[in-house]
Amino acid sequence: METVTLTIKNQPSLYLEADNISPDAFAGKSAENIAALHAYEGNTQTTLGDHFEISGKGGATATETRIIVNGDVSKVKYIGMKMTGGEIVVNGNPDMYVGAWMQGGKITVKGNVDAFAGTGMKGGEIVIDGDAGNYLGAAYRGDWRGMQGGKITVKGNAGSDIGTFMNGGEIVIGGDVDVHVATHAEGGKIVVKGNAKSRVGGQMVEGEIIVFGDIEVMMPGFIYRKDVDLEVDGISARFALYEGDIGERHRKRKGEVIYGKLYQKY
Amino acid sequence: MTKTVTDVVCPFCGTLCDDLEVVVSDDGKQLLEVYNACAIGAEKFLHSQAEDRLTRPRLQQEDGSWKDVTYDEAIEYTAQMLASSTKPLMYGWSSTNCEAQGVGSEIGEITGAVMDNTATVCHGTSLIAVQDIGIPHCTLGEVKNRADRVVFWGCNPAHAHPRHMSRYSIFPRGFFTGKGHKGRKVIVIDPRKTDTANVADVHLQIEQGRDYELLDALRVAFKGLPLPDVVAGIPKEQIYEAAEVLKSGRFVIIFFGMGVTQSLGKNHNIDEAIAVTRDLNEYTKAAIMPMRGHYNVTGSGAVWGWQFGFPFAVDLSRGFARYNPGETTSNDLLRRGEVDSVFVLGSDPGAHFPFSSVKKISELPSVCIDPHQTPTTAVCKLHVPVAFVGVEIGGCAYRMDNVPIETRKVVEAPEGMMTDEEFLEKVLVRIKEIKGE
Ligand code: SF4
Repeated sequence: METVTLTIKNQPSLYLEADNISPDAFAGKSAENIAALHAYEGNTQTTLGDHFEISGKGGATATETRIIVNGDVSKVKYIGMKMTGGEIVVNGNPDMYVGAWMQGGKITVKGNVDAFAGTGMKGGEIVIDGDAGNYLGAAYRGDWRGMQGGKITVKGNAGSDIGTFMNGGEIVIGGDVDVHVATHAEGGKIVVKGNAKSRVGGQMVEGEIIVFGDIEVMMPGFIYRKDVDLEVDGISARFALYEGDIGERHRKRKGEVIYGKLYQKY
Repeated sequence: MTKTVTDVVCPFCGTLCDDLEVVVSDDGKQLLEVYNACAIGAEKFLHSQAEDRLTRPRLQQEDGSWKDVTYDEAIEYTAQMLASSTKPLMYGWSSTNCEAQGVGSEIGEITGAVMDNTATVCHGTSLIAVQDIGIPHCTLGEVKNRADRVVFWGCNPAHAHPRHMSRYSIFPRGFFTGKGHKGRKVIVIDPRKTDTANVADVHLQIEQGRDYELLDALRVAFKGLPLPDVVAGIPKEQIYEAAEVLKSGRFVIIFFGMGVTQSLGKNHNIDEAIAVTRDLNEYTKAAIMPMRGHYNVTGSGAVWGWQFGFPFAVDLSRGFARYNPGETTSNDLLRRGEVDSVFVLGSDPGAHFPFSSVKKISELPSVCIDPHQTPTTAVCKLHVPVAFVGVEIGGCAYRMDNVPIETRKVVEAPEGMMTDEEFLEKVLVRIKEIKGE
């Protein structure tokens, strides 16, 4: 494993689109070659070297490349976009689209992320030590495929619209979430250790939501079925199982209608 | 002597009434009277005749005072500002014709701007929902001739679109709706007791911000499945009853406004309302329509739709069109400091945006093109007054049901005044020179 360290030296005057900060783009490159990779500020093309101090070098492949990003990156977008392997550690609070359309590897953020992290994610892992913004693991605008695989773990809270159009993978939120969880979901699993507000599982077709805390307003389209004992993330407890959204379309398997499942801990 | 111009189109709200009559002086220079329009529509026409109307551009000085400049100087200022920006925001586009919107798009493309229209604070959320799940749509003509179940959800046409109810939705007698008002059942869903609610057969006084839940409950009720006792403050019996009223109609139309598009959940409310409409088509014929506000906000969505593929919040900064409301929408761009200049045409963000965004506009290089003096022109560095579209110059506009209507010129603009389109054309030529294209 080779390591590349990026330390921000010149802040963009607006925001920096740095989709080249990924093990795939860095693999097989020296610090000098990495510095020449493109980034964008509005309509102006710049390079990573214009904004970052770069040391180390990329591994032979993405999988053998680790990237460490240091400094205030709150104006840097698209870190780890579309990465297929390797590792990124961000020591800061990156802006939007962290790990968007990610396919493999791991991103660890030792801070908060803004909106659209894990958009359309297909595989790999994102771990966020702080809070996540809105649209975590959701679909890009107009896409009917949200998160399809992989795992996102947020230790703090998350914003609204998490897992919209999700159809695979897993999202675990340590704290609370805002409105709209797994809207339009057709699969996948979302665990909320804290409280949820409202619109949990609205228009949900299939998939699972597990809430440990309160749900302020339950969707009218969810009906209580029975109590079940579950083990979630090493915690065994009794949960109430609701099914829904019964207003939405659902397919049948062996003559039985399949609904989305919502478990709430007692 | 005076002349009367008939079949005039009202350039105020999305109803785009096309039956106005306007009396003008013989030389065509003065507009004297307006017939058939509602009060707000007539006001728009008469405004063009104001004595204190500005007829030349003016530039704000360091000390806040204004200095008159020529159109040429204004063109130079605007072109230089846009050409030197890293990411300009070009906002508005709802109170102008499609011709001007087309030229504006070209400027946006060569300067790498973000193009956004008033949908961003209005029906943009509806457009997101339409992209997500589609829309069963119809024209206002179909509504007039066929609809016997009319729903107004979170909108109050009695005030915002005054002639909508008499021309299309409640009162007119159409081909299959010969009984007019008597043959229609009107349902209003609104937390307030509005004037529209007063003419309704059913008023569901919903708890604020619970639209998504009530819409979901309707879908459950259509299927005859069990509901909780009360949803969104409405007892379930009333919800089942409303569901029956809708299912038993021959043609259901759902009109919705900013009460649902800008309250909690935004696009999801519309998404669910469209799903309700889709479900209703299992039992009868149903369509849904946003009550668009500005007379040609629909047109700017149509122009950008065919030019860029997206109806608002189009980010052209990297040379291709990107669209992600939440990131590329004006207020998010301003709040986050993502743009370095602001160009406004055909809208008044100074009056409609949050204070923090207006403050950002005032801190940036900014130009506002508007026939009126508005809160926006007050904070912009350059104000360029132009001719009134639909009064002093014609051009294409799209009604709220996506029907294009050619607006008409009824009087001459004051001597030497430019139109939106002429001004933009000149700015475009100058930007091309600056960029060496
Ligand atoms: S309803 Fe709208 S378009 Fe019709 S006259 Fe009134 S303002 Fe003009």
